[in-house]
Amino acid sequence: MAVYVPNTEQEQQAMLKACGFADVRDMYRDVPDSVYLTEPLDLPEGQSELAVRRKIEAMAAENHVFRHIFRGAGAYNHYIPSIVHTVTDKEEFKTAYTPYQAEISQGVLQSIFEYQTNICELTGLDASNASVYDGAVAAAEACEMCHDRKRSRILVSGTVDPHILSVVRTYSFGRNVEVVEVPVRDGATDPEALKALMTPDTACFLVQQPNYYGILEAIEPLEQIVHEAKAKLIMSCNPMTLAVLKTPGEYGADVAVGEAQPLGLPLSFGGPYIGYMASTAKMMRSLPGRIVGQTVDHEGNRAFVLTLQAREQHIRREKASSNICSNEALCAMQTAVYLAAVGPQGLKTVAEQCAAKAHYLQKQLEEAGLKLAYDQPFFHEFVTEVPDAEQILKALEEKDILGGLPLDDHHLLWCATEMNTKEEIDETVQIIRSVVGKGAEA
Amino acid sequence: MKLVFERSRAGRGTAYFPPLDVPAWTPETPLREQPPRLAELPETEVDRHYTELAKQTYGVNDGFYPLGSCTMKYNPKINEDMAALPGFTGLHPLQPEHTVQGALKVLADTEKYLCEITGMDAMTLQPAAGAHGEFTGLLLIKAYHKSRGDEMRTKIIVPDSAHGTNPASASMAGFEVISIDSDERGFVNLEELKKAVGPDTAGLMLTNPNTVGLFDPQILEITRIVHEAGGLCYYDGANLNAVMGIARPGDMGFDVVHLNLHKTFSTPHGGGGPGSGPSGCKAFLAQFLPGVRAVDGTLTRAEHSIGDVRSFYGNFLVVVKALTYILSIGASGVPKTAANAVLNANYMKEKLKDLYPMAFDHVCMHEFVMSLEQMKKDTGVTAMDIAKALLDGGIHPPTMYFPLIVHEALMVEPTETETKETLDEVIDLFRKVYEEAIAHPETMAEKPEHTPIRRPDEVQAARNPIIRYAFED
Amino acid sequence: MNFPKDLQYTRTHEWIRYEGESAYIGITDYAQDQLGDLVFVNLPEVGDEVMAGEPFGDVESVKAVSDINAPVTGVVEEANEALADTPEAMNEDPYEAWLIKVGEISATVDLMDAEAYEAFVAEEG
Repeated sequence: MAVYVPNTEQEQQAMLKACGFADVRDMYRDVPDSVYLTEPLDLPEGQSELAVRRKIEAMAAENHVFRHIFRGAGAYNHYIPSIVHTVTDKEEFKTAYTPYQAEISQGVLQSIFEYQTNICELTGLDASNASVYDGAVAAAEACEMCHDRKRSRILVSGTVDPHILSVVRTYSFGRNVEVVEVPVRDGATDPEALKALMTPDTACFLVQQPNYYGILEAIEPLEQIVHEAKAKLIMSCNPMTLAVLKTPGEYGADVAVGEAQPLGLPLSFGGPYIGYMASTAKMMRSLPGRIVGQTVDHEGNRAFVLTLQAREQHIRREKASSNICSNEALCAMQTAVYLAAVGPQGLKTVAEQCAAKAHYLQKQLEEAGLKLAYDQPFFHEFVTEVPDAEQILKALEEKDILGGLPLDDHHLLWCATEMNTKEEIDETVQIIRSVVGKGAEA
Repeated sequence: MKLVFERSRAGRGTAYFPPLDVPAWTPETPLREQPPRLAELPETEVDRHYTELAKQTYGVNDGFYPLGSCTMKYNPKINEDMAALPGFTGLHPLQPEHTVQGALKVLADTEKYLCEITGMDAMTLQPAAGAHGEFTGLLLIKAYHKSRGDEMRTKIIVPDSAHGTNPASASMAGFEVISIDSDERGFVNLEELKKAVGPDTAGLMLTNPNTVGLFDPQILEITRIVHEAGGLCYYDGANLNAVMGIARPGDMGFDVVHLNLHKTFSTPHGGGGPGSGPSGCKAFLAQFLPGVRAVDGTLTRAEHSIGDVRSFYGNFLVVVKALTYILSIGASGVPKTAANAVLNANYMKEKLKDLYPMAFDHVCMHEFVMSLEQMKKDTGVTAMDIAKALLDGGIHPPTMYFPLIVHEALMVEPTETETKETLDEVIDLFRKVYEEAIAHPETMAEKPEHTPIRRPDEVQAARNPIIRYAFED
Repeated sequence: MNFPKDLQYTRTHEWIRYEGESAYIGITDYAQDQLGDLVFVNLPEVGDEVMAGEPFGDVESVKAVSDINAPVTGVVEEANEALADTPEAMNEDPYEAWLIKVGEISATVDLMDAEAYEAFVAEEG
């Protein structure tokens, strides 16, 4: 049994005595008899490290990691340079607490400051916080930032990832705020419908770019409608795509949020991930969570500290805009190491390759008979119509390939990234041809 | 220390990606006008940059870290290895269930063990941190009253000693916060509680052991008062490390709990996350749990689920680490861990209390609170000064100025993973710092002197926020 | 500590100076001294109503936040937006650094003159 208690039985006895305790029960004298456990918990008995390793490894072995992945829908398979995990595995970073003591936490603080700068650069906005739990929570927190007593209604495009919508709805259940879904036309937000739903009590409109179906939304008309009504525009963006796409800042968005997992975090069955949040300078003080700022120390040297803390729960308590305390600091560093390694050119390469491979995959699928569901521009995800989703996915799985996400029996949401080679795309399409029976001989 | 952007030189970088093997495609939609100004560095510079940053960071690995209410215990290395297994890191969260049976087993086993430790019947692993778990648990309480048509119950009672996240979470869940005073012993004031409860009480949020490090001996009376008024009892598990395997929140009368896997269950804090804050409940609330849970190899959503508080299944890899820890220490290791955390705290308290006045001189649990109010009055030396002097001694200082009900507070939580020799050394250090403060109070505002930076100007940082690098171009 | 004679004061340490039908409101020298270095102030918008005895905004120091209560009921005519960039003005010259100007005044809390307020502060300290 591996118990991480260093003191021996004798030392413990000596310490009990030094404190004036007769025994352990005496030390717990404030615990009433009726709740003091006298029987051991119904847990397995502790085991040696080797035995535990075998047990956990056996669990990992019961999972199947696919050879090729053509699925995204909020979690993306990208190449992660080795430098990334070697940095975040450093014990100092991994085992530190939130940097309350700036004098011995400059490393973590500076890394967050650099992360904040990256997020500002990617989004084209002025201010970033130190991260939140994930992209969906970032969207929900952004909605919270925008509403007040006069404006309490939240509009969310129907093309937003359903996971995000669900989290926004759950957070709104807490605040007793109304969430209205804006109808979709041909896979994109319907501007007419948005206009019709805009009321004077609308706080904000949340749109995703590229949207859940991979489609590039026409943001300009939406932005006009939102700002004419004096509401706030929140854009949820995959930060990888911002290497090339027009930024939320350039579109005039008030808040940008998103899931930064594509920037150097493995798929990991959904977590840890990291939500980024950025805003205009005007809304900076409404951002939830930690923010790192630059200042000087007593000797005039540059120093970094947690700042604007009076926004936060430990000071403002029930009046704080958010309860967030721990965030995803090490994941924020992970994205920063990734970006420092690949650089602006590398990130652009990733974005361009993702888009190019997705378009190649789409073209090949179309030739194999799978029609695009929506005639809209897309980035690195797209939806095709299929005769029988389950049949296709099963055939692909037999060849160790994870196909697109089934939206229903007849629609698959595909994704390609720089990880997918032409060879494997061709192989995948060939398997599909054999299933749908179109040009299987080709 | 240079910023990564100051190390950058245009055109530098490492080639990580092979050339494009399909026709190029560029979107027609408006493209960004300027590329993002990300740093351009060769890998050697990236490596050295972060190695330098690491040297200016202090982790549990570096030494004693008695940060009260944060449970900075040792993070076993096996946990990290297990979380890094490709069979976990390579899984897409939306893979077919039959291809992730091992991962579902991780979720199901962890839930089962944490339920046993807390005396709860069901648990969601979706919340990503303690505050997130609080919010989730409060939504369960909200959904419960709503389901009974009991819409009058809009108030959550929170002791004034609570963590700031408690009132903030209650507020986010749409409740009004009723703060009640603690009594002079540091416990819940029962008379105040009786006055506060009523037909509008949704519930009580309590940390036990509480934030001054005491186990409230009236705990059964407290939960009974709240239940009799029709409210539910919420257990903030931030301090579970003191009592796991000794007593269970479920047996104390609590209906909902949250845990901090990054405190009690040894997963590292990562400089502020990722954590994990599972939220557990009694059977009658399980119908409202958010997200999907692994039940018999299938991901299942509760019948009246409140929805989702995060995407997918929470911080899965953190859960893997916590499960590794539970399997390592096992049934008898759990209470042994708690008892030693409490013993280490009492030992330090006994050896310091002649110099440092204890806010409440009573048997403490895993942490204790000292008050330097008298010293401040006599010498002008503050809790902050003492903390900063401890930095020069090479340790991480205790939590400062919390809980708010104790003036000039320093809160010490040594945890069970420290040896007696370490405690003795640190006790010595605390005593030396105290003597120095008495002998030379005028020097204390200058502490620390031997850290990478001196005290930073926080006022300037807040008055003129610079929160991103200002590029020269 | 400074207690100008031409102002009136509240028990929650705000000052008020009438000017015609309107009044300027700020925090007292004692308040700023107790709060320490102020770093930000949250003010209502022009046109917002304030209620006598109720908070209308708050001031932030690095590690604390404090409500500011309205001495009168009325409508905000002006808010001193310049304080957003120079919060130190509230520390350096609290009686010049007004926060809001209120008109349409309909109710007032019990106010003290300088002498009474000075005595009140002496007792509280």
